[in-house]
Amino acid sequence: MHEMGIAQQLVQIAMDAIPGDIENPRVEILNLRIGRLASVVEHSLTFCFEIITRGTPLENVRLVIDFVPVRIHCKSCHKEWEVETPMFQCPDCRDGEVELISGREIEIISMELADE
Amino acid sequence: MEINIQKQVLEKNETEADKNRAYFKENNVFVLNLMSSPGSGKTEILCKTLVRLMPKIRVGVIVGDICTTNDADRLRVTNARVTQINTDQFGGDCHLAAHLIDTSARQLVCEDLDLLIVENIGNLVCPAEFDIGEDARAVVLSVTEGEDKPVKYPLMFQVCDIAILNKIDLLPYLDFDAALVKDNMKKVHPGMPIFEVSAKTREGLEPWIEWLLERVNKKKQKN
Repeated sequence: MHEMGIAQQLVQIAMDAIPGDIENPRVEILNLRIGRLASVVEHSLTFCFEIITRGTPLENVRLVIDFVPVRIHCKSCHKEWEVETPMFQCPDCRDGEVELISGREIEIISMELADE
Repeated sequence: MEINIQKQVLEKNETEADKNRAYFKENNVFVLNLMSSPGSGKTEILCKTLVRLMPKIRVGVIVGDICTTNDADRLRVTNARVTQINTDQFGGDCHLAAHLIDTSARQLVCEDLDLLIVENIGNLVCPAEFDIGEDARAVVLSVTEGEDKPVKYPLMFQVCDIAILNKIDLLPYLDFDAALVKDNMKKVHPGMPIFEVSAKTREGLEPWIEWLLERVNKKKQKN
């Protein structure tokens, strides 16, 4: 829902990571890790990127997103499992308190610069 | 050429949230992040709750809204110290980020507060994403909103420590299934305490107030 803010932060991080000694740098690919529960919609993010990267080294960058599954840990019986739907009840002990192990990530892993 | 980056986008917010947490700990103030969709009754719950708590407990409130100071004006009658954050007059941020809380908390002077409540912007999506350095999170859902909200907005109900089901005085006039909504909350967050209240009639407010008082006292004893 706040994809514009996320896009701006991603662009800022990527711009900061471009080595200063490259002339006319062009970023071709951004490799991202986004959790399934992070409320980030891929086409909204791509749309925001298109707008804010115009005239920058990131113009026309391709976003390669590795979606991270939602994994849960039960604090009572220590079972760990992956969920496809937002039902976080422990399948073994039902009422145990649970915590999220993964699924909320919004990370920038690396970027690929075009060869000069 | 591939360049390794490995950075979290919310890292900056996390750093700011840690700073807030340290400031709150230094001042022994318990901080509650109160969230919900617009119109669920957060402000009314606070008005009724603060009247009960003040002046025994010294309370500050940070109210977040995109625009207007209506909520802050309503809360001022409770004698709590209130400050309003407007994210933008024509539709700004959909959540309160940690750095906004820092400025407002210092404005309220946490040194002589026991409890700080952050009434977040009405939204069941984004505020759940942003750590503000709080001790606990609460989500309000009103009975006019539909039983499936916990499973539609799972992150919000997963990250909150308690839920408040508000406007129960309306139950006789609605087809709302209170057992079903509680069941849905349990599916998303097993074991989460649920307080059923009517801010309007004050029904059910005591257990929630006790929960809050217990947390405030615990935080004081810790230091």
